[in-house]
Amino acid sequence: MKTRGLIDIAEMTTEELDAMMDVALDIVENPAKYAESCKGKKLATLFYEPSTRTRMSFESAMLDLGGSVIGFSDAQSSSVSKGESVADTARTVECFVDVIAMRHPKEGAPLVAQMNVGIPVINAGDGGHNHPTQTLTDLFTIKRELGHLDNLVIGCCGDLKFGRTVHSLVTAMSRYPGVRFVFISPEELRIPEHVRSEVLDAHNIPYVETTSLEDVMPELDILYMTRVQRERFFNEADYLRLRDSYILTPDKLVTAKKEMRILHPLPRVNEISVAVDEDPRAAYFRQVRNGKFIRMALFLKLLGIEVK
Amino acid sequence: MIIGSIRDGIVIDHIPAGRGMELYSYLKLGRLDCEVALIKNAESGKRGKKDIIKIGAPIDINLDILGYIDTGITVNIIRDGQRAEKIHPALPETIVHLIKCKNPRCITSCEQELPHVFRLTDREHGVYRCMYCDTKAEK
Repeated sequence: MKTRGLIDIAEMTTEELDAMMDVALDIVENPAKYAESCKGKKLATLFYEPSTRTRMSFESAMLDLGGSVIGFSDAQSSSVSKGESVADTARTVECFVDVIAMRHPKEGAPLVAQMNVGIPVINAGDGGHNHPTQTLTDLFTIKRELGHLDNLVIGCCGDLKFGRTVHSLVTAMSRYPGVRFVFISPEELRIPEHVRSEVLDAHNIPYVETTSLEDVMPELDILYMTRVQRERFFNEADYLRLRDSYILTPDKLVTAKKEMRILHPLPRVNEISVAVDEDPRAAYFRQVRNGKFIRMALFLKLLGIEVK
Repeated sequence: MIIGSIRDGIVIDHIPAGRGMELYSYLKLGRLDCEVALIKNAESGKRGKKDIIKIGAPIDINLDILGYIDTGITVNIIRDGQRAEKIHPALPETIVHLIKCKNPRCITSCEQELPHVFRLTDREHGVYRCMYCDTKAEK
């Protein structure tokens, strides 16, 4: 049987997503029950580019399940700096651990790793492509904050072109009935054509595109803010020109629903003013916490561990 | 222009006009020792113009390449001067090593030994995407 990791959120059925969120919720409510569930299991975090949140989230998730962690957080400190291929690194690491979480600047690198090993590989972000555990985090946060994933108006704001978290979120949320999207971005950072044609249009999901956050604010149930990422641009001038396109401040939230929630994959630069942090609708730090719980549920699923 | 008929071989017909040379290259026909004719801009009832390739020997043809270029292409197998078989290539599910991913962020851009694999993701529009990074193949 082919070893199953998580490379793309589209690989998971809605039933699997729902079941994992149920497990994550149970972990939140009964952490002691899971404290030894991964005893003797080892995670390797292979991070070829910098990350604070995602790597620490993976590591603390495994530690909270009673497992242990090895790995690197800088490609320069590994054999990669000697020119080793992703496949060879993965084959080597497979000899030591039970599961791999990989972040890589090149798109498709975690898939290459998964094709070469017999243990689960989790894509912890590959360039501007996929970041499925962020999507799991986003879904779990929406579920915890609002109680449901259907019949929602989801606003995505900022860099929708290179923002991999937005693409994965749109793909994942499109499977829930009654979901509508509002895309707020400058012209240069619009949601890509392939997401519109192959996800939204293909499944008849209603959406609108706009350049004005203020105009659409009153109708949103979720406002998903993103950062304009310097590392996705080849041209510094383009980055600087678009960086400050949308900045969320308390006065822009005056017309928003009371139950609306603000999510952000973090880190933020300046796209959400710190004054917004005190607003109960700001859910982005709760979102970070949720990321650990859903990653714990993912480890249990991929390692085939059931906790009674 | 007169190009003689062939006794045993293959006629690749209804190639979109102007793409015959590309196909000649993909199929590596330059390496063959037998007679090969590439006819450009031949008259076509259906398309106005078309390209045709005639190969004077029975060789193995990669139908996936033909299907990827255009499903309107026909392959006629000639035996003893008669058409023995007519094949309509279909869109292949996967294309390996035929086209290269042009996304500079794709893992194939830095790991040269990886096979370039494209998968059919939209049959209706004939869209292929890189297996690694989902970049759309440009025809």
